[in-house]
Amino acid sequence: MKPGIISRSGLLLGLAGIIVIGLVTLVYHFTHDAIEESEYQALLLAINSIIPEDSHDNDIVEDTRSLSANKELGLKKDSLIYRARKQGEIFAVAFPVTAPDGYSGPINLLLAIDRQGNILGVRVVSHLETPGLGDRIESRRSDWLQLFPGKSVDNPSHEDWKVKKDGGVFDQFTGATITPRKIVKAIHKALIYAEAEPGVFFDE
Amino acid sequence: MNNPELISTDYSKIVQDGLWNNNPALAQVLGLCPLLAVSGTVINAMALGVATMLVLIASNLAVSLLRQYIPNEIRIPIFVLIIAGFVTIVEHLMHAYLYNLYTVLGIFVPLIVTNCAIIGRAEGFASKNNPLPSVIDGISMGLGFTGVLVALGVMREVLAQGTLFADASIMLGDWATTITLFENYDGFLLAALPPGAFIGLGFLLALKNIIDQKMRTRKTSHIPLSTMAENPETP
Repeated sequence: MKPGIISRSGLLLGLAGIIVIGLVTLVYHFTHDAIEESEYQALLLAINSIIPEDSHDNDIVEDTRSLSANKELGLKKDSLIYRARKQGEIFAVAFPVTAPDGYSGPINLLLAIDRQGNILGVRVVSHLETPGLGDRIESRRSDWLQLFPGKSVDNPSHEDWKVKKDGGVFDQFTGATITPRKIVKAIHKALIYAEAEPGVFFDE
Repeated sequence: MNNPELISTDYSKIVQDGLWNNNPALAQVLGLCPLLAVSGTVINAMALGVATMLVLIASNLAVSLLRQYIPNEIRIPIFVLIIAGFVTIVEHLMHAYLYNLYTVLGIFVPLIVTNCAIIGRAEGFASKNNPLPSVIDGISMGLGFTGVLVALGVMREVLAQGTLFADASIMLGDWATTITLFENYDGFLLAALPPGAFIGLGFLLALKNIIDQKMRTRKTSHIPLSTMAENPETP
């Protein structure tokens, strides 16, 4: 290859890269709002599924408190706590919890607890787990997440907050142990944190 | 235009090649990673198939339009760039407008970029042909690939879950319902797991070979008959 060809090829390749990046940026720009809206709608649906709409009398999606990036909850970015009120008093909160070490990447959850620290519900917001195996954590694929409501930091006891394979009380799935294990661990960690720092969640 | 002898305009051959004779999954045996991973249910298979087809059509068209301006030495990196660009665009669009489907397919949408069938068509067809045949090739190959994905999806979903079109509503809207073929079906886990996908693909490949063989013997058995008619003396 002559040097002239090399520099010409390099320039062309760079130009092609710039054009493709430009196109992708353009599409990103036009879909950005729709993506945010889709994420928001999914979140709204998720909150309603773990804190029943008729149990509170406030607009739960608007009634938020900021939650700073937090290692105990696995959150790398600042986020929000959604507060459910009855007659002005916060009786439950929903907040994001991330299991950072899922089988194929972070698993983003939404956890709802009441003032006593009991779990009201858990939802998977997004994940990258294997279709057909790890994705049974989704509530529409199996009712595995129904194992959690009613549990709290002391129920089951500390040693039992594990999947059955590790000697705990929570079922895993056939063919997928890592996904349930990491979720159980992330939720347990979050409950311990919520017990130690209730003010983070329930202060006005 | 430099090589008019390379330009293919035999559209029915292009379509037949894509759907059957040179099917990306069954004849070229390319793109097996998504094929095996996402064919657990019909809807997942169909969704990934359609997404792959869109990328294939777009990349074939782009490569064909640009083929005279792309120097031979750097054609592969440029094809990769073009394909990666379209995959990212399709990913953004799905994320924005088909959010549920996007969360279901997860990592396999960006992984379309690694589907060798796509770069195979860019290199093997679109870089030598006019835009229209290239688009038709993209559609045919995409349909051929989607067809195999869906066939495998049907096999695996029926065996593993006893249903068809589970979660169809996330792709097609609320009117779509799941068909339950067997009530209280215990499930056949092997079909849902990756080995089940390999075995299923093996059966499909065998089936294609059997059909091809049958068609060949039928063709060849016609020839002696006609020669016999012309030469009645031959025993």
